Amino acid sequence: MLNIRDILETIHMIDEEHLDIRTVTMGISLLDCTDSDVKKACEKIYDKICRKAENLVKEAELLAEKYGVPIINKRISVTPIALMTAAAADSNDDTLLQYALTMDKAAQSCGVDFIGGYGALVHKGLSAKAKAFLRSIPRALAETEKVCSSVNVGSSKSGINMDAVAIMGEVIHETARLTAGANCIGAAKLVAFCNAVENNPFMAGAFHGVGEGDACINVGVSGPGTVQAALSRHPQADFSQLADIIKRTACKITRVGQLIGEEISQRLDIPFGIVDLSLAPTPARGDSVARILEEMGLPFCGACGTTAALALLNDAVKKGGVMASSRVGGLSGAFIPVTEDAGMIEAAEKGALSIEKLEAMTAVCSVGLDMIVIPGDTRPEVIAAIIADEAAIGMINNKTTAVRLIPAIGKQVGDRLEFGGLLGGGPVMRVSDLSPVDFVRRGGVIPAPIHSLRN
Amino acid sequence: MRAVISVVGKDRTGILAKVSGKCFELNANIVDVTQTILEDLFVMVMLAEIDRINCDYQRFVALFTELAEENGLKIHVMNEDIFNAMHRI
Repeated sequence: MLNIRDILETIHMIDEEHLDIRTVTMGISLLDCTDSDVKKACEKIYDKICRKAENLVKEAELLAEKYGVPIINKRISVTPIALMTAAAADSNDDTLLQYALTMDKAAQSCGVDFIGGYGALVHKGLSAKAKAFLRSIPRALAETEKVCSSVNVGSSKSGINMDAVAIMGEVIHETARLTAGANCIGAAKLVAFCNAVENNPFMAGAFHGVGEGDACINVGVSGPGTVQAALSRHPQADFSQLADIIKRTACKITRVGQLIGEEISQRLDIPFGIVDLSLAPTPARGDSVARILEEMGLPFCGACGTTAALALLNDAVKKGGVMASSRVGGLSGAFIPVTEDAGMIEAAEKGALSIEKLEAMTAVCSVGLDMIVIPGDTRPEVIAAIIADEAAIGMINNKTTAVRLIPAIGKQVGDRLEFGGLLGGGPVMRVSDLSPVDFVRRGGVIPAPIHSLRN
Repeated sequence: MRAVISVVGKDRTGILAKVSGKCFELNANIVDVTQTILEDLFVMVMLAEIDRINCDYQRFVALFTELAEENGLKIHVMNEDIFNAMHRI
């Protein structure tokens, strides 16, 4: 018989501490859907997505009930669409939009929450078609509901494509402008990456890499509230002990992800990909990564010591999770999306958390500058320069970094932007107004670091 | 398949009878029961074989939720594998 305290611990984690499976994401390869005829390509894409994922939501819901653990999002990721559009006979804006509309329609048919992969891998070069594709992103996000987009602009092996970075500054701004009537939501579904991973189940950056198989199931777990609660029971623990507590908690959380991932892949007859060992916050009370850092003794997330606290947390989550899963991947670590984390929102509102501090934090955590609301009049070249800074951290440190900024059109520092739901909301944060226009305008590639030659 | 039926509530007479009665009604075979008092709360965990229940799993869970609401209890019905996964390596 199971231990009664273990059973109660699990139930308490789910009921009171927001332990959940954040996402079950089905990755689907569209490489066999390529066609120079756009209409035919879109038909093939729609059919394949619907064929593979038609039972995803139903099976996920049955599993959630069977194990009594919530599965918050069901998602689909596909091969970067720029690979599809590269084969298209023409690449005008209306043509490219058809691909996004097809993805959206397929996502609606399958009943999933999001579909990711309207993206491009342009870390080394930018063909004319790829350039046209990047320019198509704002409309694609404005005219669809469930489509997410990601663009890889750099890698540790290839350097940073500054031409792509410059365009992404404009694309992010334009996406926000086109969706200004809907709280600039388009920008929340768009991310620029350095060292993008091919099996990430989390949005907005999920896509199905070209090195992946025909389809797979990737699972993202969550539970910052569980970690915070575990730490709160040990107020006198030193850092080694804290790390140990986090590891043990992460291990338990990950085991749930492994269980769900294995079973759903069996039920759908689709290979199990990875578990992403993540602490993904939501705006709900008690579901915050910032509160974990504060539980360690910081007055607010953003205070001196935050980077060290986050480094400990991120590393311990990975160490605890890696033993609990047969295959670990994705972004694995702590996320720090400002608008999605009640503790970060509060810290930003109180002025304790700045973009500069967040940038430092991204050097030691899972992803990058995430869900940060910036003034609507921030120049595209400033956004591009922020992407370049963030990509540089990723490139030099061999890690994934990303930028998901939301220019709040018509709003200034001191205003707020609200999305609601999992995306939350938050204050407009101050951005340096010194213009890096001459820097961004240079174009070309920032060369890969010396350690890219390691082989 | 075996389900863990956990029951938490204010201690009073008849809780075990009500939950086990519901198991009998639905043809779930109880294979183990543990109970204790934790911080003034009655806590009981029942392990039941549910392969031969006379309704589908969703209905089974819903009926225990109903029983919980009628009696001011918290009842969770969960497949035992989630506990094995989390607490046994």
